Amino acid sequence: MAASSETMLKKPHVGKKRKPPTRYWERTEEDGKNDGKKQKEGDNNEQTPQQNNTRTKKGGKRGGKRGGAGKKVISGKSDPFPGSAPVPEEKLKKFRRGVKGELPPRPQYKLRDVVIRSEAASDLAQKQNARYDLMLPEDAGFLEGDEDEDTCTISQDDIVDAVDITAGAKYFNLTLSQFGPYRLDYSKTGRHLLLGGRRGHVTCLDWQSKQLMCEMNVMETVNDVKWLHSEALFAVAQKKWLYIYDNKGIELHCIRKFNDVLRMQFLPYHFLLATASATGFLQYLDVSVGKEVVAICTKAGRLDVMAHNPHNAIIHLGHSNGTVTLWTPNQREPLVKMLCHQGGVRSVAVDKTGTYMVTSGMDKKLKVYDIRAYRPLQSYFLPAGASCLSLSQRGLLSAATGDIVQVYRDVWGIPVTKPYMAHRAKGSVWGVHFCPFEDVLGVGHGEGFTSMVVPGAGEPNFDGLDANPYRSAKQRQEWEVKALLEKIQPELIGLDPSQLSQVDHSTWEQRHEDRVQVLGFDPLAKEKFTPRLKTKGRSSSGKVEKRKKQVAHEDQRDVIRQTVEDRMKIDKERKEKEKKKAAAAGQKSALDRFRK
Amino acid sequence: MPFIHIHAMKVKVLSRNPDDYVRETKLDIQRVPRNYDPSLHPFEVPREYTRALNATKLERVFAKPFLASLDGHRDGVNCMAKHPKSLSTMLSGSCDGEVVWNLTKRECVRTLQAHEGFVRGMVVRFCGTSFFTVGDDKTIKQWKMETPGYGEEEEPLNTILGKSVFTSIDHHQKEGVFVTCGQQVDIWDEQRSSPIRSFSWGVDSFSCVRFNPVETELLASCASDRSIVLYDMREATPLKKVIMNMRSNTLCWNPMEAYNFTCSNEDYNLYTYDMRYLDRPFTVHMDHVSAVLDVDYSPTGKEFVSASFDKTIRIFPKDSGHSRDVYHTKRMQHVISIKWSSDNKYILSASDEMNIRLWKANAAEKLGLLAPREKAAVNYSQKLKEKFQHHPQICRISRHRHLPKSIYSQTKELRVMKEARRRKERNVRKHSKPGSMPVVTEKEKHVVTVVK
Repeated sequence: MAASSETMLKKPHVGKKRKPPTRYWERTEEDGKNDGKKQKEGDNNEQTPQQNNTRTKKGGKRGGKRGGAGKKVISGKSDPFPGSAPVPEEKLKKFRRGVKGELPPRPQYKLRDVVIRSEAASDLAQKQNARYDLMLPEDAGFLEGDEDEDTCTISQDDIVDAVDITAGAKYFNLTLSQFGPYRLDYSKTGRHLLLGGRRGHVTCLDWQSKQLMCEMNVMETVNDVKWLHSEALFAVAQKKWLYIYDNKGIELHCIRKFNDVLRMQFLPYHFLLATASATGFLQYLDVSVGKEVVAICTKAGRLDVMAHNPHNAIIHLGHSNGTVTLWTPNQREPLVKMLCHQGGVRSVAVDKTGTYMVTSGMDKKLKVYDIRAYRPLQSYFLPAGASCLSLSQRGLLSAATGDIVQVYRDVWGIPVTKPYMAHRAKGSVWGVHFCPFEDVLGVGHGEGFTSMVVPGAGEPNFDGLDANPYRSAKQRQEWEVKALLEKIQPELIGLDPSQLSQVDHSTWEQRHEDRVQVLGFDPLAKEKFTPRLKTKGRSSSGKVEKRKKQVAHEDQRDVIRQTVEDRMKIDKERKEKEKKKAAAAGQKSALDRFRK
Repeated sequence: MPFIHIHAMKVKVLSRNPDDYVRETKLDIQRVPRNYDPSLHPFEVPREYTRALNATKLERVFAKPFLASLDGHRDGVNCMAKHPKSLSTMLSGSCDGEVVWNLTKRECVRTLQAHEGFVRGMVVRFCGTSFFTVGDDKTIKQWKMETPGYGEEEEPLNTILGKSVFTSIDHHQKEGVFVTCGQQVDIWDEQRSSPIRSFSWGVDSFSCVRFNPVETELLASCASDRSIVLYDMREATPLKKVIMNMRSNTLCWNPMEAYNFTCSNEDYNLYTYDMRYLDRPFTVHMDHVSAVLDVDYSPTGKEFVSASFDKTIRIFPKDSGHSRDVYHTKRMQHVISIKWSSDNKYILSASDEMNIRLWKANAAEKLGLLAPREKAAVNYSQKLKEKFQHHPQICRISRHRHLPKSIYSQTKELRVMKEARRRKERNVRKHSKPGSMPVVTEKEKHVVTVVK
């Protein structure tokens, strides 16, 4: 892979190993030693002022409560670890929400008090979260080569040999040469795998225990498969219609409103299934009530490239003219249209935080965009071009070129020159997908399916209330009820999901305009003056005009009168000032004779 | 996990032990490992908003404030009294006698014929062992709280015959002193049969008198000459009075900020005054569509409830101009007396049609003991509702109340009248000499003068 720049990384960087965290007592111990020394020096004296300083610094706020280091226990020793342990700054930063605004001025003491209290509460929450984060049980995986060994040369077999047996079992091949090539999808918890072969073979399985849930042949072309909110339901885009099956393989629905679907994306928090069809329609299906939310004609031809932004639920579509368009169900036009490639777009992927978008095109380029600023960050040239892209939870990028799957690390940082890992599949690759919460990359290809081990791909610590791979049936049911209750309405999809919590600064004019638009007339508009009809020649056109003139600009008259008065006043003041100045100056200047 | 070195390669792959994530036995509760990383919880704000919306809707669904109706009186109920020591005991006086109620069983415990004609006022002594009543028969009677034993005669402990009809009575918080009002305000010692002090200030009748709960020597009374008079028990003359546009019916001191009191007025409004600055009320509480007859504060001093001639009860936050909630039923007639229970949970209303009604102070609140998780959920949804309260949809749902048609139309009518008056005033101001028509605020409008 030829990168945009030649900056090679000298040290075998791969595998972002976490440094052992600095323990807070190491620092405090040193301080404590210093304290001890000082105490020896000034044995007779009580305490030097400097010592007091260090103590207050160390003790910080909690000094008052726990008495700092000076607190004596029965044995006479002082507490070597006074107070609560400090929280590292970067952890705090991770949990920061919003920016601290300025406090309102003192006269607004009530508001000020409210703001101070709420900020204290959010500070406490932030600190507690950061503290909890330090205690998470699992660490992320990593892979580091020898000093001059590239990690991309390490084969899957080597990795399997090196790791324990359960982790090693995650590398496996399914030889399904009859009905391929295969598309695949992992469920939200990462426990379940759904495979859909081009020639109609659909199967779902618990891939860790290798337990088959169902297997069938729909006797039709299968374009895409997708899990819905749980592992009980999945959608299959078949030759003509969209079908929904349960995990026993029973056909629940055939949705005839959705035809010729090529790609699907599921928005788990909105319970929306977004589909892109060969006829150029982008459709949204609300799977909780089974209704079509909206059907948008994109007018961009066949839609076979699709991704969704997990951060704000916006759908990205790639087109054959090299543009990528961003869609919400609330707008008939794309929110954004970006020209990303010369030639068609082959694949799009968006990262978990909604910051980066990676695209690959027919021009054999792989590009990274910042989709907050719509700015290209990196551009790489891949000799064969990438047909499928997928981003993992921790930001690894997998790109499939022909039958080779390459995994890159940190593509948006410093330009990458070599892949992190590479693997040759048995057939040409049709779909790649990282498994959530596991170091596994699923590859669907012409000859079946390969589950690859990619150390460092998955998020090590899951949240039990959101996506719990180990949940029981009861827990799943409870989660389902909760999730359905807090289903986000499709109207709330927008570029900035936190917009709802911000103050609406719309001006009075804007609100008035909206009101006029809703009502169809302006409720505050002044009635037009129509002169009353008078008899005996008093309604001649000249008289009418005269009467109209009497009330013309009546609303502005006060203002005009006021401004004229003000101006006259200012003039008068200025003249008086000048006069005074002249009087103060006393004698005449030689140039005064020219003044009129 | 230890690193495994093969070909000098270091590798670690996620490999979780299911035992760490699954409960050990069926008797355990399920394990729920948490990770609060914001990137694992997208759509934080829209989800919170949805939760808040659901909570608001549920609140409206569960808003069933009416608990019970205590019937048994054979005439309209005229007054009520709370027991200072027992939450479950309540006294009510009707136009023909009076009754003691037990609220937990919702039944009448004791009935006694106290006066001939109306029972005008009643109060329980601070110790809770006896209570006083005043009636139309010009007497003050003191009764034992205990029910007389079998064969004993129901007799008052003490009877005082006054010169005129008494309209209201209140007892001192700590001493054996009580106050009555009628044609004048009298302060009585429990041991004597004549008042130790009488106040009058050119007024012929008073409708209500109340002791201040904190500064226990202070009193306030509502007089029929549209004034509210303040007294100090230790002084010979009244302190000051404020004269308003219309007559105040009753007043109630705020039990927490005892320099504030609220009076219910004939002009459909309630006024909260600071005792020190009587020249204008610091809040005008509007919403009733007829004369307000009674008012009582919650023990926390944050809210009060008012009873009105328009057959509704309204709950106001103490510093808000409009009510937070309105209670009504088809059968409830003019509400004459109202009390907020001492545990801040219930409201009692006594009305014309011989019934006393028991209401929840917080309409959607779940009664009974709450499990800790339930309590946490309630608190959480409360906070969410607070956070999103200004969003138009949530605001609309939480504000919606069903009103009887008559009240709804009257409210509308009043609004139109008010708007017309405002418009007229504006037009007059526009066409008169600048400065000759000063702007009078709503607060200043209702006060005529303050006399010291």
